[in-house]
Amino acid sequence: MKEQKKDKREKQSFYVDGTEYKTYLPEGFEERTAYERPQENVVSAFIPGTIVKVYVKKGQKVRKGDKLLILEAMKMRNQLLAPLDGMVGEVLIKEGERVIKGQPVVFLEREEEKE
Amino acid sequence: MGLKRKIQELKKRREEVLRGGDEKAVQKQMAMGKLTARERIVALLDKNSFNEYDLFVEHEARDFDMDKKVLHGDGVIVGTGTIHGRPVAVFAQDFTVAGGSLGLMHSRKITKIMDHALKMRMPLIGINDSGGARIQEGVNSLAGYGEIFFRNTLASGVIPQISVILGPCAGGAVYSPALTDFVFVVDNISKMFITGPEVIKTVLGEEISMEELGGARVHANITGNAHFFAHDEKECFIQIHKLLSFIPWNNEEKPQMIERKPPKRDYKIEDIVPEDPRLPYDVRDVIRAVVDDSDFFEVQEGWARNLVIGFGRMGGRTIGFVANQPLYMAGVLDVDSSDKAASFIRYCDAFNIPLVTFVDLPGYLPGVDQEHAGVIRHGAKVLYAYSEATVPKMTVIIRKAYGGGYIAMSSRHLRADFVFAWPSAEIAVMGPEGAANIIFRKEIKEAADPEKMRKQKVKEYKTKFANPYVAAAKGYIDAVIEPGETRKRLLHAIEVSEKKSVAGPRKKHGLPPF
Repeated sequence: MKEQKKDKREKQSFYVDGTEYKTYLPEGFEERTAYERPQENVVSAFIPGTIVKVYVKKGQKVRKGDKLLILEAMKMRNQLLAPLDGMVGEVLIKEGERVIKGQPVVFLEREEEKE
Repeated sequence: MGLKRKIQELKKRREEVLRGGDEKAVQKQMAMGKLTARERIVALLDKNSFNEYDLFVEHEARDFDMDKKVLHGDGVIVGTGTIHGRPVAVFAQDFTVAGGSLGLMHSRKITKIMDHALKMRMPLIGINDSGGARIQEGVNSLAGYGEIFFRNTLASGVIPQISVILGPCAGGAVYSPALTDFVFVVDNISKMFITGPEVIKTVLGEEISMEELGGARVHANITGNAHFFAHDEKECFIQIHKLLSFIPWNNEEKPQMIERKPPKRDYKIEDIVPEDPRLPYDVRDVIRAVVDDSDFFEVQEGWARNLVIGFGRMGGRTIGFVANQPLYMAGVLDVDSSDKAASFIRYCDAFNIPLVTFVDLPGYLPGVDQEHAGVIRHGAKVLYAYSEATVPKMTVIIRKAYGGGYIAMSSRHLRADFVFAWPSAEIAVMGPEGAANIIFRKEIKEAADPEKMRKQKVKEYKTKFANPYVAAAKGYIDAVIEPGETRKRLLHAIEVSEKKSVAGPRKKHGLPPF
């Protein structure tokens, strides 16, 4: 009834436990994104939305837990807080700007260890 | 004389409702390449077998001028009929009547036929073609959906529930199909999503078409929400008929037996599998080489292709097949293929369908994305499903059965009833390369020519452990068989398992790792 679809692509090398297998790799596998280590000093939008309020300026000192800005998304005003003690290195967005998920919004500089 | 007049009146009333939506809506439906709800029921059921109920049901909505609107049948047709001469219950949403939108009475018609199907222990087939909740009816629409979901769950594992998506099915409406056993989709016609393209655009600024977001191909190939993909409605109904030929009518029956047929001669089992365990082949050809008439009916063909599931018959009996597919990603288990295997195993177990598992996998897919996607939790579902299943379980190890993959794929240790291995089977804690690198790390490192030493040690390990005889010596496999004996041995195993009976400890229900 159903015609078997022949895959015309080249079979590719695929390694499991040091052994090389010849096989087809589905698109989803080939297009997967490589893992990136999260950087603690980069504050990013965890959800797409609009920045409605920015509380901090470049050079301003912040303590862990301080409010940095408000990201409105899904009818909710979400606070983005400082993840560490330090100084605001760069504010990458302006009030009213739309951001996508994962977009960096504030760079922080970690406070130097005190002598 | 009075009766005749009343019969005339009934006929007139019927005629009025049977028209469905207005002319324009019907033409629009046809222009989209869609059949009308009534045409679909005719195409699905045995000729002249449809008996309709609740034809004269009317909605009770009063707000927003709804009291002035007449909606024939309230946008859904319900009834019973037969397929292959056996009873089924059907509902079909009528997009030509208020966009098939679901109001209170519309949902009551559906829940009533669902109650019948469950009571009478017959399959329920739902044809979905609806714009969603009837907003004018407010929370009554939500109540309607909830009542349907509850009944889907109640009937789950008791009667077969089939969802046919022949139009839009959006928002909360998607959860009824998602709770049923099998979802059928048709190219360019089916659309399923929780939030549509417009909402996504306003909220997120992402632009995507309905087809790209939740079209038939998306659900057949990417999400795994659909089990069967057809190019048009006609092919879809043929697929439903074929599925119903394999499965029993309820959980207290076995599938109907048909006359046994030998496999076709085109599938020569010994020529399908390359000897080198690193080379691929299509495991479906191995299945076709052992099933009656080489007729294998694959489920979820386009999704998680590194594992194959589907129905076939052996000796006239329906069998559920689960097989690693070396053609894709060497047949590894990953998040999606684990989900695919586990839910199919549980389906077969619920409906008294014996399981045959073909094993050839290098293990689990390595990668950060897999680990972070929860391959532990998802992989555990396969162990749970096989361990829990009490239907007859037969396993054939074709080539590789390494590590956790060996345990997961219906091993003796999860209470497979019969485990066979081909002489090409390699049952070991891991692949020879990996194992040799660990065990002989020191020798390899200290050798004058480490690469030469490594190769030699891999070869040694292969000779000693990459075979079925170590496992056979422990009784972990029951027999090492020639590939050509596979069908004969399986047929016998299925026959002697006919009256299999096991009982586990009493419990309300287990806790599978959802």
